[in-house]
Amino acid sequence: MNHSVTNTVRLFGAGLRALLMLTLVTGVIYPLLVTGVAQGLFHDKANGSEITAHGKVVGSSLIGQSYDLPLKKGQETPDPDLKWFQGRPANGLGSNSVNTQYKLLLSGATNLSADSKDLLRQVQDAKAAVVRNNSVPGYTVKPSQVPAEAVTSSGSGLDPDISPRYAKIQVHRVAERNGLSVGQVEKLVKDKTEGRTVGFIGEPRVNVLELNVALKDLVARR
Amino acid sequence: MSPVFAGVLQLLALIGALALAYVPLGNYMARVYASDKHWRVEKWIYKGIGANPDTEMRWTAYLRGVLAFSAAGVLFLYLLQRLQGSLPGSPGFSSIEPAQAFDTAASFVTNTNWQSYAGEQAMGHVVQTAGLAVQNFVSAAVGIAVAVALVRGFARSRTGELGNFWADLVRGTVRVLVPVAAVAAVVLVACGAIQNFSGIHEVGQFMGGSQQWNGGAVASQEAIKELGTNGGGYFNANSAHPFENPTPFTNLFEIFLILVIPLALTRTFGVMVGSVKQGYAILATMVTIWVGFVALLMWTEFAHHGPALQAAGGAMEGKETRFGVGASALFGVSTTLTSTGAVDSFHSSFTGLGGGITMLGMMLGEIAPGGVGSGLYGMLIMAIIAVFIAGLMVGRTPEYLGKKIGSREIKLAACYILVTPALVLIFTAASVALPTPPNSMRGSGAHGFSEVLYAFTSASNNNGSAFAGLNANTDWYNTTTGLAMLFGRFVPMVFVLALAGSLAGQRPVPATAGTLRTEKPLFTGLLVGAILIITGLTYFPALALGPLAEGLA
Repeated sequence: MNHSVTNTVRLFGAGLRALLMLTLVTGVIYPLLVTGVAQGLFHDKANGSEITAHGKVVGSSLIGQSYDLPLKKGQETPDPDLKWFQGRPANGLGSNSVNTQYKLLLSGATNLSADSKDLLRQVQDAKAAVVRNNSVPGYTVKPSQVPAEAVTSSGSGLDPDISPRYAKIQVHRVAERNGLSVGQVEKLVKDKTEGRTVGFIGEPRVNVLELNVALKDLVARR
Repeated sequence: MSPVFAGVLQLLALIGALALAYVPLGNYMARVYASDKHWRVEKWIYKGIGANPDTEMRWTAYLRGVLAFSAAGVLFLYLLQRLQGSLPGSPGFSSIEPAQAFDTAASFVTNTNWQSYAGEQAMGHVVQTAGLAVQNFVSAAVGIAVAVALVRGFARSRTGELGNFWADLVRGTVRVLVPVAAVAAVVLVACGAIQNFSGIHEVGQFMGGSQQWNGGAVASQEAIKELGTNGGGYFNANSAHPFENPTPFTNLFEIFLILVIPLALTRTFGVMVGSVKQGYAILATMVTIWVGFVALLMWTEFAHHGPALQAAGGAMEGKETRFGVGASALFGVSTTLTSTGAVDSFHSSFTGLGGGITMLGMMLGEIAPGGVGSGLYGMLIMAIIAVFIAGLMVGRTPEYLGKKIGSREIKLAACYILVTPALVLIFTAASVALPTPPNSMRGSGAHGFSEVLYAFTSASNNNGSAFAGLNANTDWYNTTTGLAMLFGRFVPMVFVLALAGSLAGQRPVPATAGTLRTEKPLFTGLLVGAILIITGLTYFPALALGPLAEGLA
């Protein structure tokens, strides 16, 4: 009995020492090495692909933002600022619930199911809003034109992109609100549209932050 | 180009890349585990452990090594989280509560990476990098070691010796996982994944004001998270988060990392047993099932049944624009058929049938191609079952790779395949029968049941993905999923190693005209059939109550 207890303790000690040795390799040397290479070769990307406009950081090209008007009294959710291109809904995005000394972005999805009544209502409301907000005199958006990603929340809640189809139906509204011609804004969208990588990987997309930064420049130059 | 066609092309490109890596990586791993030379860094590690890497171990000694190392891992990771509040390098984050710390420690040591916490708000740099990411490496290395021990059981005769656990563990980490992960991490950073120690900081916004991010060693963790079929994300949104998976290319690259070792291990197996054709037969079985599941999930997701998805005009809820439906389906199948559990899109918001397919993928036992190591040993157990069934049909004593499958071997194999279904069904039944656990469900009716069934399927099979609507951060779910993960990982390993010892002790039986040719397509067909029938019979009633009820409503 004593013998087997000693053996067990000895074996556990070997396990612990193995763990500590491998922690040194995989938990200290490996991440430091990768960080060194990453910071040396890809400094901007390793630190979050920040975008600067007029000397000021305006966010990361990878992290979606909201483009809303300030919250009015009595409102729970702010209205979108229709001057700017709008991204996807982010009903799963939250802020941190523990370590509340911070106000961290907490990524996440709604996790609502395809047969959920809540999700159905979210989708219907979003679709009605897209149709209403983007229909301007001389241009009416039909519900069938609204692509799926415009009315659904992404997996991360931080999706930086929209589809070219969603950008297209926002063009008339954005042109009107900013006093630009439809052709100018259409060109802007075309320039900022990224196709599938090497023709077949992923889906075509438009980065909303980059698009709005370019739009702001265009308005300023006018 | 239509999204469906683009999805199919991505599948074909992935198969091409995996095919290119198959022979070199498989042969390399065979050499690593057969080599009698030690690298200098390995010698230092053996000295630190105080173990002689050249001592041969019988199955009981090998198993004791696995259990001692894993127990040390659970204890260390538990303490690290419990002490987080006092550790330097964690930006003032508080310590993790006991039940959640146990659940997380069990989760990462068992290669499951079920997460009842949200990474960016709960775990600081030290816990993430020196605790969780370390287990991403070593739990994967343990899985490969056990698989290699079983393969040695087939390859060796008239000895009970299966190799040295410490040597297999260290070599798998140092020679296979670290070099590949390091290269992969740099590729991910080059595409936009972050890698820094800048902590929590404010970043300006377009409309004014600022947003607060948590930085970290994300790319280095992401690489091994996929390569080691782990799946525990740095961020709550896992591989849907743009800092973990920034572009369509990284998405495909991460799927490649998930699949490359489990598939190449069939080559390693073939080389080690002296017939690469035997490896091809196992590979063909894995690929047949995987491609079949990809086709099914792409079909259900592109068809987007379900009222909310019909109203939206596409199954984009919980999916990212840059990946779209096709690449998300490819990721979803690859992660659930490999015990990875990383997600680039949220399975709870898949169509009812699509969610059922991801669940069924896990229920196969994570063998097509399965987790690193665990996929291979799980599939070899199924091969023994298939050989046994074929033997019953013709009335012969079954044999596989020159070894007799006698009553001891078949008992061990049968025990192996009973463990996880028992865990899944008993814990699920208890969770819906008891008064309070159902309060955690986000959905109601069939989808609510699916959330619970998914949780225990994922935990017991060491997958780690979730129908994340379920609030799993309760004492009940933290404790039960923790137990399901531990039992689901280590009890089957006991049977695998016992079987390996028994096989290694046999003398080989020469192949005769009556021997079932296990390297032929006929056997692959038999094996695929056996897997689907056994899984179907086990889980059909539970699936009928959840995803089938939702999908057919």
